Amino acid sequence: MGNTFVIDLSVLVLAGFVGYAVISKVPNTLHTPLMSGTNAIHGVVVLGGLLLMHIASGWFEQVLLVIAVAFGTINVIGGFLVTDRMLEMFKTKERVGGVESEETAAALEEDAK
Amino acid sequence: MIAAGTVFVQTTYFIDAAYIVAFSLLIYGMTGLTGPRTAVRGNKIAAVGMAVAVVATLLTPGVWHGTSTAILIIVGVAIGTAIGVPAARRVHMTGIPQMVAIFNGVGGGAVALIAWIEFRHHFAPGFFPLRTEIFELFGAIVGSISFWGSNIAFAKLQEILPGRPIKLPGASQTIVNLALFTIAVASAVILLAGSHSQALFVVGILGVSALLGNMVVLPIGGADMPVVISLLNAFTGLSAAATGVALNNTVMIVAGMIVGASGTILTNLMAKAMNRSVPAIVAGGFGGAVAAPVGPASEAGGTVRATSAQDVAIQLSYARQVVIAPGYGMAVAQAQHAVRELERALEAKGVTVKYAIHPVAGRMPGHMNVLLAEADVPYDLLREMDDINPEFPRTDVTLVIGANDVTNPAAKNEPGSPIYGMPILEVDRSSSVIVLKRSMASGFAGIDNPLFYDPKTSMLFGDAKASVSEVTSEVQAL
Repeated sequence: MGNTFVIDLSVLVLAGFVGYAVISKVPNTLHTPLMSGTNAIHGVVVLGGLLLMHIASGWFEQVLLVIAVAFGTINVIGGFLVTDRMLEMFKTKERVGGVESEETAAALEEDAK
Repeated sequence: MIAAGTVFVQTTYFIDAAYIVAFSLLIYGMTGLTGPRTAVRGNKIAAVGMAVAVVATLLTPGVWHGTSTAILIIVGVAIGTAIGVPAARRVHMTGIPQMVAIFNGVGGGAVALIAWIEFRHHFAPGFFPLRTEIFELFGAIVGSISFWGSNIAFAKLQEILPGRPIKLPGASQTIVNLALFTIAVASAVILLAGSHSQALFVVGILGVSALLGNMVVLPIGGADMPVVISLLNAFTGLSAAATGVALNNTVMIVAGMIVGASGTILTNLMAKAMNRSVPAIVAGGFGGAVAAPVGPASEAGGTVRATSAQDVAIQLSYARQVVIAPGYGMAVAQAQHAVRELERALEAKGVTVKYAIHPVAGRMPGHMNVLLAEADVPYDLLREMDDINPEFPRTDVTLVIGANDVTNPAAKNEPGSPIYGMPILEVDRSSSVIVLKRSMASGFAGIDNPLFYDPKTSMLFGDAKASVSEVTSEVQAL
């Protein structure tokens, strides 16, 4: 058990660094989709609700956990859908085609720095 | 129902492996967000990662134990889907900040509820190892703060509550907040020490944290909301990671930490763009300009020059370079498509048109980019603040549409102003400025703007969409 705990803590710390490294590279242009995308990701708490459902005893705990699972699901599904909608809007700009879209891409690479 | 322990896919090895696949997909998906071309795919990859995590969790032995477990899980997921899907489909792009706030809130709420169940269920002191309890309590406190804080942020952005700060008189707000925070932490420590009824105690902790969440966000003015939302986003992420440690679930830990990191980065960026420190924002009291500078700004005030759509059209048509500085007001009036039309009409006359995007234009980081993307404005016309500021002296006309605070020269010139030091779009350096505004009401931050009284500024009053369309047809008629 002690071992697992140390492993979990290591994962926690390493994931923090990975997250920082990855997210630092996201350009300003995409900060709104980023926020809504990461929002969807913390809906991962739904797993906690699913894992605990079987220990619920009595209607009160059952109600609490159903709400928790519903909250988590709203968070995950709603978050990913709304992010997808937003990102699709950015994508439509690329239909301009040919040279212009190359320029756009270059401008974005620039942005990403 | 699958009998536990018999099938290969239910072994710990398989589930652990599935979790590793899941968090790899989440991280890989996030790396896609570094460029608009890969972003759509990145988001989908992350969603697949989440699906893998959910399936693996449902395969975990024991998850389906109990008579009504299956029904309850299905009911929960069904309710969540029934609410989440239509909400995500229907929301207008102007409403994204509220949407993010409320989604963030429910995430925090789920964390708090899970912590509650954990403590209700394992009364007996020592059932949990101490270290697990610490993380679970962290989740309870932070999740509860995040839930209530996000709901208040939602209500403010949705204008259910007024955007101005709502606070207790004087310094008592800070004292009350500190007291609540101390009570929450002290209760957590007492609970950890053992002998009390955990089930009751945790309710108290959740309640105090809930009150704290309300008390912290209520006094924060509307202008600081973007910072608050990203801060609460980071909080929810960290509380999810803490719950992950308590439940020994790697996917939750990794996912939670990514969100925590992202929220922290964005919070700092936002605070920097507004020249505000995060502690100062949390301490509250900004945004209402209760002590608004009665001095210089109002002295300069008085004469505002109104203009007509026809004059604006002439000025724009004979300009070499026009910069459009859009703000949230443009989005509220749904004028982004009309603005795009105007830009095309001007380009047809050989005028160079660029858009100046302030980092906090709109109501969250990058919000304006989304709104303009919705109107099909090509990104190569969008310029960030640092790139466009040197160009203003070479700009003939700057068209400020529904933006206010981000163009306020008081941020540069008036040390007494509440926004002094905030980086702005230096529109006052262009040859002339036209401000499109509904009325003389002040901006979201409630601060007077000397730009409007500048001799080279003229104002075009009215609904942004109607005004812009009128100007466009005048331009086309010329």
